Amino acid sequence: MSRNGPLALAYHTLFVAFMLAPILVVCFVAFTPEGYLSFPTDRWSLRWFYAIAQYPEFISAFWRSLWLGAISSAIAVGISVPAALAIARYRFPGREAVTALFMSPLMIPHLVLGIAFLRFFTQIGLGGTFTGLVLSHIVVVIPFALRLTLASAVGLDRSIEHAAVSLGATESVVLRRITLPLVLPGLVSGWALAFINSFDEVTMTVFIAAPGTETLPVRMFLYIQDNIDPLVTSVSACVIAITVVALVLLDRAFGLERMLVGRNANHGR
Amino acid sequence: MKAAPYLLCLPALVLFAGVVIVPLAMTVLLSFHDWGQYKGIEPVFILKNWQEVLGDSYFHEMFARTFRIAFFVTLLAAVFGAPEAYILNRMRSPWRGIFLLMILGPLLISVVARTLGWALLFGGNSGLVNKALMGMGLIAAPLPFMFTETGIVVALAHVLMPYMVLAVWASLQRLDPQIENAAVALGAGPFTVLRRIVLPQVMPGILSGAVIVFALAASAFATPAIIGGRRLKVASTLAYDEFLNTLNWPLGAAVAVLLLLALIGIVWGANRLVERRYAQVFA
Amino acid sequence: MAFLELEKLTKSFGTHNAVDGLTLSVEKGEFVALLGPSGCGKTTTLQMIAGFVEPTSGAIRLAGKDLLAIKPAKRGLGIVFQSYALFPHMTVAENVGFGLEMQGVAAAERTTRVGETLELVGLGAFTTRFPRQLSGGQQQRVALARALVIRPQILLLDEPLSNLDAKLREGMQIELRQIQRTVGTTTILVTHDQAEAMALSDRIVVMNQGKAEQIGPPHEAYERPATPFVANFLGKTNLVNGVTVRPERISFAASGLAGTVRTRIFQGNHWLYQVDTASGLVTVIRQNTGEAMPVEGDAVQLAWEGRA
Repeated sequence: MSRNGPLALAYHTLFVAFMLAPILVVCFVAFTPEGYLSFPTDRWSLRWFYAIAQYPEFISAFWRSLWLGAISSAIAVGISVPAALAIARYRFPGREAVTALFMSPLMIPHLVLGIAFLRFFTQIGLGGTFTGLVLSHIVVVIPFALRLTLASAVGLDRSIEHAAVSLGATESVVLRRITLPLVLPGLVSGWALAFINSFDEVTMTVFIAAPGTETLPVRMFLYIQDNIDPLVTSVSACVIAITVVALVLLDRAFGLERMLVGRNANHGR
Repeated sequence: MKAAPYLLCLPALVLFAGVVIVPLAMTVLLSFHDWGQYKGIEPVFILKNWQEVLGDSYFHEMFARTFRIAFFVTLLAAVFGAPEAYILNRMRSPWRGIFLLMILGPLLISVVARTLGWALLFGGNSGLVNKALMGMGLIAAPLPFMFTETGIVVALAHVLMPYMVLAVWASLQRLDPQIENAAVALGAGPFTVLRRIVLPQVMPGILSGAVIVFALAASAFATPAIIGGRRLKVASTLAYDEFLNTLNWPLGAAVAVLLLLALIGIVWGANRLVERRYAQVFA
Repeated sequence: MAFLELEKLTKSFGTHNAVDGLTLSVEKGEFVALLGPSGCGKTTTLQMIAGFVEPTSGAIRLAGKDLLAIKPAKRGLGIVFQSYALFPHMTVAENVGFGLEMQGVAAAERTTRVGETLELVGLGAFTTRFPRQLSGGQQQRVALARALVIRPQILLLDEPLSNLDAKLREGMQIELRQIQRTVGTTTILVTHDQAEAMALSDRIVVMNQGKAEQIGPPHEAYERPATPFVANFLGKTNLVNGVTVRPERISFAASGLAGTVRTRIFQGNHWLYQVDTASGLVTVIRQNTGEAMPVEGDAVQLAWEGRA
């Protein structure tokens, strides 16, 4: 395989700069010592990070986002595992349709989902509640949870379970000792990917979160709509830092590429 | 035994029936309801909202803007993302993995934070983009990015770029590297290889990436809301206004349902096109 | 009475009979190979014995008892799968000990028996390794040990050597045969490799389209194939004037069937000839003894035993 020429590498450098520029700018501005938006030139300051503590609505929104992501992702994985096993193992009428249905939140614009949930939750008395948020987030993260649990269920060699059965294992023993441990990496990565997507979701949540149940991205969005100041850059910098750490850990553990492309595309070269 | 797969799917089916299908049906229904400043939502069946959305030139302009933005975002993503995916694919490890992480990683970073970055680059006291462009001698006077379609297009192209890179990357993985070598051995130069050998094979990837980017760009919310400001409306920000400011939910629902229908039509048509065009080659 | 009996065993998938009225008796301690091309029904037969596939009709009896009435988990059969199907998250010792654990064998006895069995397959030093840290041949032995340690009534081998390279496969064949002789377990081998079936088993069952074409000792089936299919499947064969003759039985002689050498291929220990004759193209295999042999274009006379 031939190498990239200098032209290609120059292009690549510009491209990476384009991808990283807005993220780096946010992080830089967050360290400004000034009271207005500016780049820290001669000195850095953490004053805007300390300032976050003065805004309890950011702190509480952060914890809410964390819980929301953790709970909805866990439930999404819990629902996905049996569905993934069914889709991976059985050829049943409606299998394609069921799969398409479970993946559909990827296709339906989050705006439409937000509006639909706002209408629905208001009607059934869940408007602006945390329960409503959890239900809606389960729906939007299920495709991510399902994709990765499905991949690990499909990759499971059925003869391994047959081997356990032939050695005298009952169904529940096979499930507990063989099947679950083998699909566990898929479950964990599915949960993590679902969590990140829940943690960052804003378009749908902005419709259904009320004051008091706002998530961090929603709080940030509403704040930016009013004014852009260094405070929101320091909050964003924290979010970016958390995501980057999670990303690197996930990449180390499972391979980001495999999680996003949905298969291990890296081998065979 | 026959019931087993359905039982396993039952929890998810119940959830989707109750929390996806019913709400979506209610939203479609809502778009036919009446609304008044003082009477609120009236559960009747009228076509008023649809007539307004389909007939009023304000909505025409707004939908035209929405799809114009989506088109240019898709174009930018394809023109710049596809070559980058190709370059990435030719890199050696560990660089390949590192840069892939850098380019795909932003996908998982909050859209709000990324858009904020563009707002900082476009305007405020820094206006870095204009400084850079003027510094390179590309423009003489600062260009307006904040509160313009151009600004929305650039920021959205950044937000959605990873999807394009990912789609093209995936199709490049299926490519047999020996085929390029075969073309070279037959006397093809590097550009001929790109144009005649690589591009036709990754075209389905570019097209499927384009479908994803277009659909997400046309329904994007946070980026057009922040960069476009309160006046430059696209379908999603307009629907947001109707729901949370004007409180004319039926009209907002009509806008959202129309957007959904338009997207389903476009995505379905594009997929059909891709399948018909490439099914024979990539069965 | 035979130890394992298959009686008119049939498995239909829709209108297609994967196994079609197969009847077979296996004696205790016997090594029987089910041999045939892919799709001949041999694997389906094995899976019916194991209990993973339910027969459409027919009976399976083990030591006089109806095996079909017993759940797969209670049949007490040792199975070696084509993919080995080792538990990737368990060590070698845990893999081998799993079946004993399921039987409720006490930990101390388990350790002893696992150790003994791993010694038997020559892996005594590998107890704490994980499957992915082993070579293909070693994984194969672990799979064998895992199946043998539960002292199965029957050992079922599903293409056990097909994932090994040619050299290793030959070594494992010899070893497998020795181990089976040592422990004396009744064994059913499923394979598409006629050399493997003939090397390992006491009797072979040549299967085609769900039916047994011939059941008998390998040597007998090779020498006296019951059908043209068996003759072809068990090795190269010539059909000369309606008579089947194995290529290695034909020699170059002073007189016989006249022909011209079309091609000859050197294969190390023997030469492979294609000879044009009045009765068609005849394949001849001659041992390489170092002597000069006919070359392409030579006129030759072919002779074999029993030729008039």
